[in-house]
Amino acid sequence: MPRRKGAPEVNAGSMADIAFLLLIFFLVTTTIETDAGLDRMLPPIEPPETDVIIRQKNIFTVNINKNGQLLVEDELMNLKDLRKAATAFLENNADGSCNYCKGRKDAASSDNPTKAIISLKNDRETKYSTYITVQNELVGAYNDLRNREAQRLYNRDFTEMESEYLNPETPTATRDDLKDKVKRIQDMFPQKLSEAETSTN
Amino acid sequence: MKSIRNYKKTQPAISTAALPDIVFILLFFFMTVTTIKSETLLVDNNLPQANQVKKLEKKDRVIEIYVGRPNQDLAKVLGSEPRIQLNNKIAHMNEVGPYVLQELAQKPDAIRNLVTVSLKVDKNVNVGVVSDIKEELRKVNLLKVNYTVFQGNSQ
Repeated sequence: MPRRKGAPEVNAGSMADIAFLLLIFFLVTTTIETDAGLDRMLPPIEPPETDVIIRQKNIFTVNINKNGQLLVEDELMNLKDLRKAATAFLENNADGSCNYCKGRKDAASSDNPTKAIISLKNDRETKYSTYITVQNELVGAYNDLRNREAQRLYNRDFTEMESEYLNPETPTATRDDLKDKVKRIQDMFPQKLSEAETSTN
Repeated sequence: MKSIRNYKKTQPAISTAALPDIVFILLFFFMTVTTIKSETLLVDNNLPQANQVKKLEKKDRVIEIYVGRPNQDLAKVLGSEPRIQLNNKIAHMNEVGPYVLQELAQKPDAIRNLVTVSLKVDKNVNVGVVSDIKEELRKVNLLKVNYTVFQGNSQ
């Protein structure tokens, strides 16, 4: 007797295709999580052989006390004003040598962006989250200025260019092209953030 | 008679030809999403938030240092002072330098001067500990650090 009433067999020939489709989908969409953070260079332990004399007006001092209060250039300041103050200091351009700066050319503030140094001092008992927030604002000041110049020169944000440049998946040709641009913007506003040893009291 | 009726009801076997494919799919999926080495955290590690971040792209160029209060199980033994965790164990401040150098020695020559130290510090820790670690890192001349944070708006 022939098997008339049995269910017909499901054609599984295309199963492999579906499987590969899924595989490729997951391969493309999953990314292994990467950490992110604020990059910083520590000063070398041996002091430089020749003493560099930095004029007081080229240093922007930021002090954080153990309660998380900010003392910026000897004045108490709110955290939300810090970025603006740092930006104004960086592009102050007192000696007029920086033709892309839009600062006020205040004689009592920094000469030009390459000479401007931000000095961050903190108490040992400062909370780490406060410390990071302040660092974030200061890096933000640099990024704001760099973004502005990058927009003017290349019509895109510096942060975006930099992350594309640092991304290993970016093709080499694009990276080489970006390298010079990123370097140029970085040289316009070099990040000079000094972290002195913390004070004990 | 009975046997014939039984034969009629038998269902055809389900083809298992695609089973290997499914298994491979699962295998590949898990291969992709699992990170090879996930360290067991012995300290609280609630990172602060910041938004001006740079990504740490290459895992092989990173040395991680965790700082935080010992977690609940260990708090009875170690107390609540912030501790440093290096590679699955709690360490003392003066072990930081040797540990970092040892990790550095395991990296290939070509990337040795590109190595970044990722500081994963709990947000409730005082900066003093972090400064001490930075001092240790300066002593062994490893100057590239990254304050690892969660991406997001600070405050």
